[in-house]
Amino acid sequence: MKFKHALLEKNVILLAIGIVITVAIGGLVEIIPLHTIKSTIEPVQGMRPYTPLELAGRNIYMREGCYNCHSQMVRPFRDEVERYGHYSLAAESMYDHPFQWGSKRTGPDLARVGGKYSNEWHQAHFKDPRAVVPESVMPTYGFLARRVLAIKDIAGHLKANSAVGVPYTEEMIKNAAADLAAQADPEADTGALVKRYPKAVTGDFDGDPKRLTEMDALIAYMQILGRMVDFKTVTPEQLKR
Amino acid sequence: MSVAAGTLGAAQAPAGTGERLAYDYGVVRMFTIATVFWGVAAFLAGVFIALQLAFPVLNLDLEWTSFGRLRPLHTSAAIFAFGGNALFATSLYVVQRTCKAPLWGGPAAAEFLFWGYQLFIVLAATGYILGITQAREYAEPEWYVDLWLTGIWVLYFAIYLGTIVRRKEPHIYVANWFYLAFIVTVAILHLGNNLAVPVSLLGAKSYSAFSGVQDALTQWWYGHNAVGFFLTAGFLGIMYYFVPKRAERPIYSYRLSIVHFWSLIFLYIWAGPHHLHYTALPDWAQSLGMMFSVMLWMPSWGGMINGLMTLSGAWDKLRTDPVLRFLVAAVGFYGMSTFEGPVMSIKAVNALSHYTDWTVGHVHSGALGWVAFISFGAVYFLVPKLWGKRELWSLKLVSYHFWIATIGIVLYITAMWVSGIMQGLMWRAYDKLGFLQYSFAETVAAMHPYYVIRATGGVLFLLGALLMVYNLVKTVRAGEPTSEPIEAPLGTTAARVQAAE
Repeated sequence: MKFKHALLEKNVILLAIGIVITVAIGGLVEIIPLHTIKSTIEPVQGMRPYTPLELAGRNIYMREGCYNCHSQMVRPFRDEVERYGHYSLAAESMYDHPFQWGSKRTGPDLARVGGKYSNEWHQAHFKDPRAVVPESVMPTYGFLARRVLAIKDIAGHLKANSAVGVPYTEEMIKNAAADLAAQADPEADTGALVKRYPKAVTGDFDGDPKRLTEMDALIAYMQILGRMVDFKTVTPEQLKR
Repeated sequence: MSVAAGTLGAAQAPAGTGERLAYDYGVVRMFTIATVFWGVAAFLAGVFIALQLAFPVLNLDLEWTSFGRLRPLHTSAAIFAFGGNALFATSLYVVQRTCKAPLWGGPAAAEFLFWGYQLFIVLAATGYILGITQAREYAEPEWYVDLWLTGIWVLYFAIYLGTIVRRKEPHIYVANWFYLAFIVTVAILHLGNNLAVPVSLLGAKSYSAFSGVQDALTQWWYGHNAVGFFLTAGFLGIMYYFVPKRAERPIYSYRLSIVHFWSLIFLYIWAGPHHLHYTALPDWAQSLGMMFSVMLWMPSWGGMINGLMTLSGAWDKLRTDPVLRFLVAAVGFYGMSTFEGPVMSIKAVNALSHYTDWTVGHVHSGALGWVAFISFGAVYFLVPKLWGKRELWSLKLVSYHFWIATIGIVLYITAMWVSGIMQGLMWRAYDKLGFLQYSFAETVAAMHPYYVIRATGGVLFLLGALLMVYNLVKTVRAGEPTSEPIEAPLGTTAARVQAAE
């Protein structure tokens, strides 16, 4: 029997079914394999879930819409690698719910900003970006230093992340509130915290050791960006797809 | 089904007795007003954030007015509030006219749809200002707003489909295919991209179901097809009804419409990965995205040709009818940006253009030139009809609007081409000794004059829209009434329908 398009033009249910099938194919072919092909994310040493403070900082990063102007995805080009550091690996955002690769660089890429600047630089920069970078067009974020980090249920945040696949352990969830406070407290014993979260930067971030502010959280997040993976141990062979 | 047929038969009866079909224009009027209102709001927000990039002091040192929070406000206002209301207004008008049937569900359901959608907009917008966001571009609303929109969308689908089911024309008109594809696909995209786990049922915050690579592709499968189905397929529905209507010529080729429709919706879905070139997304996915993006050029231009050639034998009308000029220029801009898009999806080009303002310029040639222009054309067409006037209050003012807005677009996109390509080249420039020539801050400083030009273009575009508002208000208040009787309000007919039953 010869197919006649008039069939679809006269039956809206068939038309709708035809549309669903037609638009489903591309998405299924592209997205499903990303979940099934193992080499999509080459495993590398060093990736770990965010500490509670880093996670809180990341949420502030998203709240303020930083992704509108900053990418977190270094492309494998000579100029980008020289400007920002090693190109980004898939594994480096495997615990990012959601991803924050961004699509625009009104400001520079931040995938490897961790450790590049001191906490003091970040404090000054957030309060008045043009005080340290005269050409900057970034908004000011001084209010972050004035506002106490109010996060009611940090363990709940870890649990929600755990529900979507981030390997937070029972121990991490149990200690979430304590870890949140300890990471930015220069007086605190952070041995257990650093054991749970290797390479976590500890100490005061916002210049006010007495208070745990949103600035503490955001700078803690800045300082871990791009630093989890030790690139001395990564070889090109390992990254071959 | 029998109920629908019964109602249909009854609705037909008055027509048989010499009375006219009772279309529900009330909700179309409401959506038309909302289109204009949110359009001005979106352009205003756009001008403001454009000025913020040129003069950062305009961030006002307040958290609620920083660029990071206002940019989603601008994009959502433009896409979902302005574009969305334009799609609701036109689709609910077109589906009634081309099916010769009033809206399924009656005025109450339609009105609920209207207010439900406006509530979605307000919930989303206030959320952004307060910092409630999923941080996914063009899918920023949090989980509870997403759930609300899902319900509203199901109602929209039901009204639209129900109206088509009770049609009195044997064939479903082409414009309705495009609207239907837009409604169905946006529903799929919305559900797929917003899968998330809320931290608590009493809190706004959620974490997305996917992470990293998978999340990125899901997001751009959504993001690109928000362009493909919200801003393209839906607005092609507008093209397929309003261009032939205003030109008083049939669509150029019915066969081309069929090919255009199926190839466009099939190919568009694949193009998402071109937003992720040279990222950690696997190469095979990037290549697929590029391939299909380049192929997409063909159906896009097929559609453009179908729209433009509809003017065959009526090209002279462009001189005398500025409303038609808006509609046709929109199709021209559509052709231009759907050529630029495939070019930018080629990896070698994308290596330069990605992360720069070139992308922003590209989006705006589509958003201002295509989406907004065809919406202006449709609104100028609709308002006299909906309010029972013979013509617009002033066609001359429409002409001014057209030229002011066109100059605005040209300033906008040329500034972004120059600044985008310049920035891309500065990022990769090396000096004689093999060092990077420019610091990032130097590239930011170089953007300043172009940001000023872009904002100027935006101001012109806003100015044009304000002329439109003035003209439309004057039309509704003072326009000459049409000599033909307008359709009876649905209320009276509904009463008659009940009596007949």
